[in-house]
Amino acid sequence: MNKNTIIAGLVIFVIAVLTPVWFNMVTTTQAAPEPVLSAKAKEAKKCVLDKYEMRANHMSLLDEWRDSVVRDADRLYTAENGHTFNMSLSTGENSCLGCHEDKEKFCDSCHTYASVDPYCWECHTTPKEIQ
Amino acid sequence: MMEKSRRSFLKVAGIAAIGLGAAPAMTFSASDSHGTAQAVKGKNHETLTAHRWGMVIDTNKLNEEVAANIVKACHKAHNVPDFNHEVDEDKFPNTRPVNHKQEVKWIWEEEFHNAFPDKEDEFLAEKFKHLPFLATCNHCKNAPCVKACPTQATFKRADGIVLMDFHRCIGCRFCMAACPYGSRSFNFRDPRPFIGEVVPEFPTRTKGVVEKCNLCAERLARGKQPHCVEASEGAIVVGDLEDPESEVRVLLNENYSIRRKQALGTEPSVYYVV
Repeated sequence: MNKNTIIAGLVIFVIAVLTPVWFNMVTTTQAAPEPVLSAKAKEAKKCVLDKYEMRANHMSLLDEWRDSVVRDADRLYTAENGHTFNMSLSTGENSCLGCHEDKEKFCDSCHTYASVDPYCWECHTTPKEIQ
Repeated sequence: MMEKSRRSFLKVAGIAAIGLGAAPAMTFSASDSHGTAQAVKGKNHETLTAHRWGMVIDTNKLNEEVAANIVKACHKAHNVPDFNHEVDEDKFPNTRPVNHKQEVKWIWEEEFHNAFPDKEDEFLAEKFKHLPFLATCNHCKNAPCVKACPTQATFKRADGIVLMDFHRCIGCRFCMAACPYGSRSFNFRDPRPFIGEVVPEFPTRTKGVVEKCNLCAERLARGKQPHCVEASEGAIVVGDLEDPESEVRVLLNENYSIRRKQALGTEPSVYYVV
């Protein structure tokens, strides 16, 4: 007697359960943005660590750098790949921003996508921002 | 024939157990042997070093103009906000009005009787009433602010500089209560609207942190003298207090000098030649 209602109920249930799938079929998904390398960064080829480690661990590296500069007054970092960097986020040629010149395209694009809000720029300045 | 005895089973199991145990040790030794070059941290080769940094201010060489230049040079280079600066309404809309009691200062002019309250004699030489005395962080040997800081945001470097790690400051202001010299300022508000021209070489601060003179640690690391020394026309000398041959020690040897609130036992590293 209830066969029809049960089947109808099941159909509704399956449709409801698969809502995320329908949702994704209707809307378009955004791929994770690729950080845009500035001409200078492209030319340099080598960052402090290799690309994938940099992506995963740049925040730990920056944390280590900050302690090293402020506490031990060590300001030069000779990386495993032999290149020497100035342990600074935003000052000088040999700092992070010295090479990755465009903060909006390099830092912010990913941070915004991943919805992380690092407070670096509340104090540190970018040359662009100053103008 | 296929039937296994308990004995042979235990043998195989034992060997397997040894193998499992040895695996981590083997991978460890393997990774160790072909290890890549380690990253190395070091100082700039031009870095100026000292056993204990100190400052000598020759008050006879100071006048209003020089003192004002020194303050200006320091504050400009370190992005210290000036609350008399007119706020750019386009960039920072709806900035609330200024409370001038909340000033931020790294080095400032002070009158003798305020800087040296214990030396205010009844018939003090007239000249002291008019000379500008420059007050700043004394980079004390026994710095009370360092002891007061609960997060070790303020700390004493091996070379005697009392330094702040702004990243780590939680804005509790214990250090301000502890400092007997009023050398510390608190950022009651975002300082950026009040910085005329942001100097990119030094970060600004943010709301909720304390700040003070850092004896230009960032310049010493590049082999340069502090901004106040450069702007002082010879009135301020910075050098190694522990080195008897250094310029500061020679000056202290040849002249009578005083320090602020010496009786408190903080052992300030800033000397005033009077």
